[in-house]
Amino acid sequence: MNKVYNNRAWWLILPMLLLVAFSAVIPLMTVVNYSVQDVFDANTRFFTGTEWFKEMLNDPALQAAVLRQFAFSLTVLAIEVPLGIGIALIMPKKGWQASAVLILVTMPLLIPWNVVGSIWQIFTRGDIGLMGWSLRELGYGYNITASPVDAWATIILMDVWHWTPLIALLCFSGLRSIPDAYYQAARIDRASKWAVFRYIQLPKLTNVLVIGVLLRFMHSFMIYAEPFVLTGGGPGSSTTFLSQSLTTMAIGQQDLGPSAAFSLIYFLIILLVTWVFYTAIMNMQKDDNNQEA
Amino acid sequence: MEWMVWTTPTTVFFAVIAAMLAGMTAWEVISPTVERKGFLPISTTRGDRLFIGLLSAAYIHLVVVGFTPLSIWLALGASVLWLLVLMRWG
Repeated sequence: MNKVYNNRAWWLILPMLLLVAFSAVIPLMTVVNYSVQDVFDANTRFFTGTEWFKEMLNDPALQAAVLRQFAFSLTVLAIEVPLGIGIALIMPKKGWQASAVLILVTMPLLIPWNVVGSIWQIFTRGDIGLMGWSLRELGYGYNITASPVDAWATIILMDVWHWTPLIALLCFSGLRSIPDAYYQAARIDRASKWAVFRYIQLPKLTNVLVIGVLLRFMHSFMIYAEPFVLTGGGPGSSTTFLSQSLTTMAIGQQDLGPSAAFSLIYFLIILLVTWVFYTAIMNMQKDDNNQEA
Repeated sequence: MEWMVWTTPTTVFFAVIAAMLAGMTAWEVISPTVERKGFLPISTTRGDRLFIGLLSAAYIHLVVVGFTPLSIWLALGASVLWLLVLMRWG
């Protein structure tokens, strides 16, 4: 049989491509241009070559921010993914309870970033905040403006509260799409709950988990408003993440050249990590399919 | 285009990238790529290998510029060589 290849459907993405070119590609090209120059205004600019890149890569504050950022992203992923899967597994599947729980779980996702920051800022205050006050009454000297450990724990807790629902929702929809026949077969085999999870539910969740992990990684890697409102990056610089360093440099100090160079390094890190995640997970899946076949 | 503050090196850079994409498209039309496994741990198509090559070229440049006193032309040479090796045997 002769298979006819017809790729004309690709033309349909043309409008999207134009939009992205306008909103992302052209600005990104401009950033590249800025990163090799010292620009004062349209007529006064000097070519600096790789100067800014050298400076940014050797800046101890930025190196610390990169490590901090990775620590943060990996921590929230390590907590949110298992927790999200767990929540999805115990969520009721039908009836009014399903809708009620679904709405409750979705609630944190609807709150804007800086409002989340404000909520937690008040929540953790020692004098009027419920959590801050309770912890102090219990005898723990909780203070996010003085103790880096408290600040970190609070930011991670805040992110888990805000974003675990996303993973839970994705997994919930993934679980709902598994046909009943799989479960019936498992029952006939007297498969344990763990076996059902390991060999039916988890493999069927791979696709949504790929999306979930990628979204959460990129989101957390670009986190800005929440820690900015909650701790302002402090105490000291213990919760200053990459976006905040970048904003301080670009908006606060108007150092456009160095910030452009730094943005590109930031972009390359995200590109590499997401590509590795994506490729690794897609390959796992391919191997699984080969085994089945 | 004045606001984009173009310089010669960045213009050349983007022109080369655009030419590569156009070239890859033409190559794909003339003889479609076949996914295969080379020395990389995953099986790749031609486009995958180009992407991996360009991404690693960016990192090669960053390392050379940031942490060694070597010239950036050396990084460029190494990257081109690496890209060719990758495209052929990757």
